[in-house]
Amino acid sequence: MKTAVLLLPGLNRDRDMIAAITKISGTPPVTVWQTDTDIPDVDLIVVPGGFSYGDYLRCGAIAARMPVMGALRRKAEAGVKVLGVCNGFQILLEAGLLPGALMRNASLKFVCREVKLEVTNAETAFTSAYAQGQVIRCPVAHHDGNYFADAETLERLNGNGQVVFRYAEGTNPNGSIEDIAGIVNEAGNVLGMMPHPENLIEAAHGGSDGRGLFESALGITGKAAA
Amino acid sequence: MIKARVTVTLKSGVLDPQGKAIEGALHALDFSEVAKVRQGKVFDVELDTSDRAKAEADLKAMCEKLLANTVIEDYAVEIV
Repeated sequence: MKTAVLLLPGLNRDRDMIAAITKISGTPPVTVWQTDTDIPDVDLIVVPGGFSYGDYLRCGAIAARMPVMGALRRKAEAGVKVLGVCNGFQILLEAGLLPGALMRNASLKFVCREVKLEVTNAETAFTSAYAQGQVIRCPVAHHDGNYFADAETLERLNGNGQVVFRYAEGTNPNGSIEDIAGIVNEAGNVLGMMPHPENLIEAAHGGSDGRGLFESALGITGKAAA
Repeated sequence: MIKARVTVTLKSGVLDPQGKAIEGALHALDFSEVAKVRQGKVFDVELDTSDRAKAEADLKAMCEKLLANTVIEDYAVEIV
């Protein structure tokens, strides 16, 4: 299973993501710089979190217009799995690869804590290792994670099972509409989420609830012991 | 040289927590008559052209492609 991680200036969760993928898959991902116009043939492309371009203009707005995004769009259209976490989610939304937008947290505060996520669709390429309705722990760390979409888009997301994760047990940290924490595109091969599953994959993290997402996406069966 | 001012505001119906916080701060300063505040962004853009029609078309394209996120924001272009 080959993977790639996109690198853009201002991202800072790329090393965590690379470490998580390397530990779970046994193979380090290739890294792709923002000015590259081609992405190698891989099975999973990850846009990690951070603060690309200092969050100038809008989070992810400038990153979403960099040359590498054309290559990412072509790969996504060809069915390659794409995962965007935190700023990566913001970038995928700004690039139009996912519907909706992420706004400033309703509290106006940066939140850095652990939340509960309900797996609301366990039949995607990213969640098959989980059970439908399973509640997992996951860390969040963001200032702009307040998901918004108009009523028509929400209806479509709900109808197609595109909402993959919702904040559960009253842990919505940012005011996201309908507690939405992560969504897939209509084809199901592009997932964007605010929480950081890469930061909860082994005992040293205090748990491994995030591991299932990578095992699903990488086709690794059987939950490894934390 | 054409100078333009682009104003980007949240669409009506989109919650604006920052506007709400500013509204609360104005109340705290005893501007009790403030009923509502919505905040936004202003871009002053200078274009190296004298073709007004082209400038207007380009500015609109700039808004659609970058300056505004039309999922949540409206924009207005004014040549000044």
